[in-house]
Amino acid sequence: MDALLLVEQGLNGLQLGVMLFLMAAGLTLVFGIMDLINLAHGTFYMVGAYLTAALVPVLDSFPLALAAAVLLTALLGLVVEAVALRTLYRRDHLDQVLATFGLILFFNELVKIVFGPVPIFLNPPAALAGTVDLFGLKYPAFRLAILAVGIAVAVFLWLLIARTRVGMLIRAGATNREMVMALGVDVRRLFGLVFALGCGLAGLAGAMAGPVLAVQVGMGEQILILTFVVIVIGGIGSIRGALAGALLVGMVDTLGRALLPAAFRLVMDAANASAAGAALASMAIYVLMAVVLAIKPKGLFPAH
Amino acid sequence: MTRNLLTLASALALLATPAAADTLKIGMITTLSGPGAGLGIDIRDGFALAVEHAGGKLGGQDTQVIEADDQQKPDVAVGLANRMVERDRVQVVTGVVWSNLALAMLPTLAGGQTFFISPNAGPSQLAGAQCNPYFFNAAYQNDQIHEAVGKHVQDEGFKKVYLMAPNYPAGKDGLAGFKRYYKGEVAGEVYTQVGQLDYAAELAQLKAAAPDAVYVFYPGGMGINFIKQYEQAGLKGAVPLFGPGFSFDQDILAAVGESALGVKNSAQWSPDLDNAANRKFVADFKAKYGRIPSMYAAQGYDTALLIDTAVKAVGGNLKDKDKLRAALASAKLQSLRGEVAFNTNHYPIHNIYLREVVKGANGAVTNKTVATVFTNHADAYVKDCPMK
Repeated sequence: MDALLLVEQGLNGLQLGVMLFLMAAGLTLVFGIMDLINLAHGTFYMVGAYLTAALVPVLDSFPLALAAAVLLTALLGLVVEAVALRTLYRRDHLDQVLATFGLILFFNELVKIVFGPVPIFLNPPAALAGTVDLFGLKYPAFRLAILAVGIAVAVFLWLLIARTRVGMLIRAGATNREMVMALGVDVRRLFGLVFALGCGLAGLAGAMAGPVLAVQVGMGEQILILTFVVIVIGGIGSIRGALAGALLVGMVDTLGRALLPAAFRLVMDAANASAAGAALASMAIYVLMAVVLAIKPKGLFPAH
Repeated sequence: MTRNLLTLASALALLATPAAADTLKIGMITTLSGPGAGLGIDIRDGFALAVEHAGGKLGGQDTQVIEADDQQKPDVAVGLANRMVERDRVQVVTGVVWSNLALAMLPTLAGGQTFFISPNAGPSQLAGAQCNPYFFNAAYQNDQIHEAVGKHVQDEGFKKVYLMAPNYPAGKDGLAGFKRYYKGEVAGEVYTQVGQLDYAAELAQLKAAAPDAVYVFYPGGMGINFIKQYEQAGLKGAVPLFGPGFSFDQDILAAVGESALGVKNSAQWSPDLDNAANRKFVADFKAKYGRIPSMYAAQGYDTALLIDTAVKAVGGNLKDKDKLRAALASAKLQSLRGEVAFNTNHYPIHNIYLREVVKGANGAVTNKTVATVFTNHADAYVKDCPMK
């Protein structure tokens, strides 16, 4: 394996990590600050992707469709929070899991009724459809765009949380919710805002993933499991943890798939090596999670 | 008195009804939710259209189809199979999409003496040593579809082909089938996780291996993910892509659009096959469901036709399992792809076609038949099957 290929795989890992970060940031905020287990987080990812796919032909512009989809997903988040979730904050986690699982079923059926059961069409905008030459490495332009958006979101969240008053409340809420309430902060508004922000981020992740992946019913659940792994590794409630966890998972998953079969080929024949490598690569991130939790049971950067 | 007589008469009539006509109960266990739902829904809809064409009576019997969603999970599928046998007491179970689910469900169904007619999954195990008196396949044996592309790629003179498939029974069957007819160098043989989303790592390895063609078996959502990413990696124009019909069928083409134009793939059926039954099927399916039927829809339809043919042959007597089995096995099925006969392992002997992804008359991306690769093609495992 030459150096250029290794660089490309590194970029792939980084890009997958950034994608996961977009999902994990919202989930960890909601979990950490509102103490709400939101299984339906993947639903907003799906809604973001479907809205983008539906709006691209109408608005005739990918960036506009993306912006509109993110906004609409955040709005949907506000509505869902007010209608379905507000009553759940005082209930225990099992009730929340049940209720948000119900939301998954509801939205999956709704999307199936509106858009049909068959996956729908969404391609990258023409300007980003090809490859970009990076010092002799031909890399898909749209994946670079995902990378750029992910980094921009990370910077935005850092500024928001470290430098603004809302960010201060979010940080305080993640560390000690009761104290923030006792100080007279309108927690209801803060929760609505945080939930909408999380949903908007999930919608953004869906909109950016849509051109690369199948836009189909149930797409949210596929990525949700990975997202949970990320926030558990990173430490629940911590944006920094989400970023670290996402990059770690992205890297381990990609490099595992790239390197493990080759590594096994050194010690066994090709057919067995590819089978063993594939099996182990699909386990790699869970092994990583087990190791991290064994050393740091609260994750890498616990918020509490 | 008259009233009593009338009551008695109607009671007798009620008693007489079931003897005159057994209701044909069919368990439709298929994937109706999750990422694989497109395939299951097409099978169900194709099957329903055939029942409708038969006036609600397959083989002349009142037909009741009981739907259940297996969620693409083997444990759920086995539970449903159990329910169909024990509670609903169906005579036939169909609908299965995935080979691993078919393998899991068969012991339950065969143990309950319930016929299991697969409209899609055709694993090698059930065609060979583990063939079963209660298992039939109306669609194909997995390998057959892949063998056709293997032969085409070999005939076209490609020398260094890179192979990819998901890591499950049908994936292994697929690449084994391809290699049965392709004799050149294998530049790489990669098995990926079932349901994998991101193929960036594999595509980078693929590019580095510099093959002169790529063969992939990715059904459903995996196919959409792969085709999009293959084009975005700049490989589409550079390295020709081949696959079985599953990787380039209507469910996938609607989602990837022109990214798949020009790709050659294989199947036992194509929407443009020129026969009266198929023309009617495609037109009615479009009218009823508003989309071009996929091969899965055609297979659902053919499965219903097979049940129809066999039940007619036994005159509606569903109690005698041996007679019904003989009727299924000896059926000369007038399917959407012409006449299909069944081998001793209960798998079809049929033609396999080469198709090309083209832009249709109204701008919709679809498949067009370009050649017949195999005529009356039997599968490779029949010799290992102890049933005669």
